[in-house]
Amino acid sequence: MSTTTVAHHEEHAEHPTGIMRWLTTTNHKDIGTMYLTFALIMFFVGGAMILGIRAELFKPGLQLMNPEFFNQLIGVHALIMIFAALMPAATGFANWMIPLQIGAPDMALPRLNNWGFWLLPPSAILLTLPFTLALFGIGDGALATGWTFYPPLSIQGGIGVDFAIFAVHLLGISSVLGSINIIVTVFNMRAPGMTLMKMPMFVWGWLITAFLLIATIPVLAGAVTMLLTDRHFGTHFFDAAGGGDPIMFQHLFWFFGHPEVYILLLPVWGFIPQILETFSRKPMYGYKAQVYSFWGVGVLSVVVWAHHFFTSGMPVPALLYFMYSTMAISLPLAVMFFCWIKTMWKGSMSFETPMLFTVGWIILFGIGGLTGLVLADVAADAQYHNSYFIVAHFHYTLFAGGIMGIMAGTYYWLPKMTGHMYNEKLGKLHFWLTAISFNLTFIPQFFLGLAGMPRRIPDYALQFAEFNMISTIAAFTLGLSQLLFVYNIVTCARGGKKATAQVWEGAQGLEWTLPSPPPYHSFTEQPTVK
Amino acid sequence: MASVNESKVLTAKEQLDLKNQRLIRKLLWMLLGSLLFAFALVPIYNVLCSMTGLNGKTQNTATVLAKAKIDNTRWVNVQFTSSVMSGLGWNFYPKTTSVRVHPGQIETVIFVAKNTTNEVVVGQAIPSVTPGIAAANLKKIECFCFIRQSLKPGEERAMPLRFFVSPDLPKDVSDMTLSYSFFPAVK
Repeated sequence: MSTTTVAHHEEHAEHPTGIMRWLTTTNHKDIGTMYLTFALIMFFVGGAMILGIRAELFKPGLQLMNPEFFNQLIGVHALIMIFAALMPAATGFANWMIPLQIGAPDMALPRLNNWGFWLLPPSAILLTLPFTLALFGIGDGALATGWTFYPPLSIQGGIGVDFAIFAVHLLGISSVLGSINIIVTVFNMRAPGMTLMKMPMFVWGWLITAFLLIATIPVLAGAVTMLLTDRHFGTHFFDAAGGGDPIMFQHLFWFFGHPEVYILLLPVWGFIPQILETFSRKPMYGYKAQVYSFWGVGVLSVVVWAHHFFTSGMPVPALLYFMYSTMAISLPLAVMFFCWIKTMWKGSMSFETPMLFTVGWIILFGIGGLTGLVLADVAADAQYHNSYFIVAHFHYTLFAGGIMGIMAGTYYWLPKMTGHMYNEKLGKLHFWLTAISFNLTFIPQFFLGLAGMPRRIPDYALQFAEFNMISTIAAFTLGLSQLLFVYNIVTCARGGKKATAQVWEGAQGLEWTLPSPPPYHSFTEQPTVK
Repeated sequence: MASVNESKVLTAKEQLDLKNQRLIRKLLWMLLGSLLFAFALVPIYNVLCSMTGLNGKTQNTATVLAKAKIDNTRWVNVQFTSSVMSGLGWNFYPKTTSVRVHPGQIETVIFVAKNTTNEVVVGQAIPSVTPGIAAANLKKIECFCFIRQSLKPGEERAMPLRFFVSPDLPKDVSDMTLSYSFFPAVK
C-alpha cells in the first residue's frame, strides 16, 4: 500500500507555480485555501452592503439612497453572505480538514473539486454585475425582492432577478458537486480503522450537510427555473392569472430554505465539540448522542418549512403541525448544548482565541435558538413576522451561530494550515470587539421588532430612532473590527512563531499528527486508527 | 463491492475508482430524484389545494342553485376587497365593502371596473377567500370572474356577483373576506 502511494506522490511532485497553480490545482489544501479566501473577500463585500443599509437607517427619513437601491442591497447582502461567504467557508474547511481528519491523501474527486470552486467567482459576478450595469443605464439594478425571490414581485422585477436566478443555478451546481465529493471521500477514503462512529464531529456535520444539499438544492433550482419560465416563457407556475399560485413558491423555496439553515450550521456544530475538548483537555462528552442529534436535526429540518410563512394563511391543523415539529428541533439541539457544556465541565480549561469564540458562540447561538422558539409559536409569530425581531433572531443564528463559529475554526486550525502561530493578543481583541459590537447591533433590533418596526423598509417612524442609531454605530464597529481578523490571518500566513505539529496542548485527532503546515500531499503513509 | 475475482486482477487504486464510480452514480440518481420531486410538487400542491381548499381558491364555475336552507340563527359577515395587478390600467373596486348574510341566503354585490387607458384591454379576475378553510363554502351563482372582461377605452362597467354562503360553513367562522385581483388576461 505504502509503495503505491509513494509512487503516486512522486508523479505529482512537480506542480505549476503562480496563477496556473491555482487555476489548475487539484490539491485539496490549495482548493480549500481558495474557498476560504473567496469566502473572506465576499464576507467583506456583503458586509459593505449591509453597512450601506445601516448608514441609511442611522436616521429616520431617506438620506443616502432611494428605496429601490436599499432593497437591492438587502437582497444581495443576504445572497452573498449565505451562498458566497458562509457556504464556501464551510466548504473550504471541508476541503482542508476532511482528508486530514479521516487520514486520506486527498479528496476522492479532485478535478470535480477544482470545478466546484471555479464556478463560484462567476456566480458572484453575476450577482453583483447588475449594480454596475445600472450605472451605464442598462437595467434597473440588482435583485430587489430580498433573497427569497417571492412572486409576484420577482415576476415583475427587472433583469436583476434573472441575473440572480442564474447565479443561484451556478452556486447550486457548485454546492452539489462539493457534496458529492465529500460523501464519496467520507465513504470510500477513510483510513483503516476509522469507522463511521470514530469520525470527528466535523466530518459528521459535513456528511449530513452534504446529504441535505443533494436533497434540497435541486428543489431551489427547480423553483427558480419555474420563476424564470414564468418571467420569460409564458408559464404560470406562480402567476394567479394563469391558474398558478404564488404561495406555492413559498412552499418550494422554504422546502429548500429551512434545511439551508442547517446546511450553514451543521459544519460549524462539528467545530464546537472538537475545540471544546482541545481546550478543556478531556474527551468530548456524549459523542454518540451528538451524532444522533445531528441526524435528528438533519431529518427534522426537511419537514418544518412552512413555519417561515405562518401568516400567509394555513388551516389550524397545518399551523399546529408546523409549530410542534419546529419546536421538536429544540430537543436534539438541547442534547447537543448539554453535551457541549458537559465537555467543559471540570475540564482544565484555558481560553485561547478559538475557545473564546466557541464559548461566546454557545451563549449567542443559544439566544438565537431560544428566540427561534418564540417565533415558532404560531400565536406569537403573527406579531413578530417580518419585523426586526426576525432579523435579530436569524443574525444570532447565522452571524453568531455561523460566522463566529467559522472564526473559532479559523483560529483553531490557522496554525496547522500556515505553520505559524497567529497573534494571540489581536485574536482576543478581535473576539471581544466582535462579541460586544455584535450584541449591541442586534439586541436593539429585538426591541425594534417587538415595537413593530418592519424589516426591509428604508424609512421608519421617529419612535425607532434611538435604537436604530445604536444599532448602526455598533454595526460599523462590528464591520471595522473584522479588519483585525484579516490582518491577523495575513500576518500569520506570512510568518510568525513556528507552530508545532500538535499546536494545542490538548488537541486530539489525525490532523495534529502531521507537521504544521502539512506537506503538499498529506499522508504518504496511510495512518491506522485503533 | 468488488468480488473476489475482481480483487485479484485490479490494483487497490482501480478498486477504489470502481467503488467511487458506483457511489457517484447512486448520488447522481438521488440528485435527479430530488429535481423531479421539485417539479412533481406542482401537481401535488394543486391537487391537495383543490381537494382541501386550503389556499382559499373558490370554485370558478357557477353553482347550480341547490335548495340550500336558510339558516336564520346565524349571521356571517362577508367583506370584499379588490386589487389591480401591474400592467392593467384599470380602476376596480367593490361598491359595497361588506354585507351581513344568513348562510343559504342569496346576495348580490356590484364590482365596478373602469378602463383608464386609451386601448381595449382584456382582464381576468382571480378570487381568493380568507380564511382559506371557508373558501369551499362560498358558492357563486354568477360572477364576473367566470369569464374574461374586455373594456373599451374609458369604458366603465358595473359587474354583479351573486353568491351565497353554504350552511355547512364551519361553526367558528363568522367573518370571511373575498378578494379579487384583476390580472391582464393571458393570451
